[in-house]
Amino acid sequence: MTGPAELAGVRAVAGQVPDPEIPVLTIADLGILRDVDLSADGRIQVTITPTYSGCPATDTISRDIAAACARHGWPDVTVRIVLSPAWTTDWLTDAGKRKLREFGTAPPARRGGPGPVPVPLSVRCPRCGSPDTREVSRFGSTACKALYACTSCQEHFDYFKAF
Amino acid sequence: MITQPAIAGYALQLGDDALIMAQRLSEWISRAPELEEDVALANIALDLLGQARSLLSYAGAMAGHGHSEDDLAYFRDERDFTNLQITELALAGFGEETARLLAFSSYQAELYQRLRDSRDETLAAVAARAAKEVAYHRDHATQWVLRLGDGTEESHRRMQAGLARVWPYTAEMFRADPLGQALAAEGVAVDAAQLHPAWAGYLGPVLSEATLAWPETVAAPGGGRQGVHTEQFGHLLAEMQYLARCHPGARW
Repeated sequence: MTGPAELAGVRAVAGQVPDPEIPVLTIADLGILRDVDLSADGRIQVTITPTYSGCPATDTISRDIAAACARHGWPDVTVRIVLSPAWTTDWLTDAGKRKLREFGTAPPARRGGPGPVPVPLSVRCPRCGSPDTREVSRFGSTACKALYACTSCQEHFDYFKAF
Repeated sequence: MITQPAIAGYALQLGDDALIMAQRLSEWISRAPELEEDVALANIALDLLGQARSLLSYAGAMAGHGHSEDDLAYFRDERDFTNLQITELALAGFGEETARLLAFSSYQAELYQRLRDSRDETLAAVAARAAKEVAYHRDHATQWVLRLGDGTEESHRRMQAGLARVWPYTAEMFRADPLGQALAAEGVAVDAAQLHPAWAGYLGPVLSEATLAWPETVAAPGGGRQGVHTEQFGHLLAEMQYLARCHPGARW
């Protein structure tokens, strides 16, 4: 019989799987690991939610979770993808935000208000800390990022969009 | 009366819209006016493709014929597609594409915002996810329309011409569709015919700030929801479906 301790073990292992496109972040940091429980047929089931509808990393993450669990002695784990409730960058953990900053990517500002497109007032440069930055492109190297430049230190950097 | 085939048909309509618009937008990769715009249009196309995958998978499951998202995308013929014609138009330039993206993403934004309250859990979940994405697309298109419309004489002329090119096809987005209306009455779908005031309410101030005139055009006949498509649509399908049909069952 699978007990709570075992489910907690699976949660710990699954949570440590890195995001394939931002490898400094684990899926627990990203806030996309929703649940670990038992499915109707008694198998351990890991539930994740995608960041964006078309995020190409979702399939890879599912495979990586199953493989990591198998390596730790749970070969029969299934991964379920749920869309609701929709992921938001508010679920990114504080540890995740710190790791992003150290990686050179500005973490998302907390979203303000119910407006359709939340625009943060200021994005701090992750290298020099200056708030004097400008948006270069609203879209970046992956669906979740925009491209910014720092007016103080002149470096370009990725900004993890508040979403 | 809510039936599974009816829900399948509705999911197929929305999925086809997203799929065909994604295909047209990805044609811009390496051809946009600047590198950042290549990246932007590719990202928007990717969001739409993700929406299409969810919706076509659901359509296949609800229709009960066992078709996967790939079966539906790659192995249907022209008359089986139910996308709005505005998504399939082969457009000539960036002004026209920007006009289409503004018109279509604004339509999707109004639709998905309301579909979040659908009684159908899957449609509500897809809409909740997609509503945030298309709001960002609409904002991107808005920035370009402002920049081009209120830019130089030439950019203004091209942006106004772009609006004139796509506007006849916007009427179809709000045409009453029996399937959508029947499901809307049950709280499952959104009646697109009701969306026009909100759509025009967003676009009016954008066009006037961009110093552009609201286009006075005659509506195109439409018929996309019934499988009637424009001449260029067959060419689009030929390119999109070529690989899957030459190598059935291919995996990558």
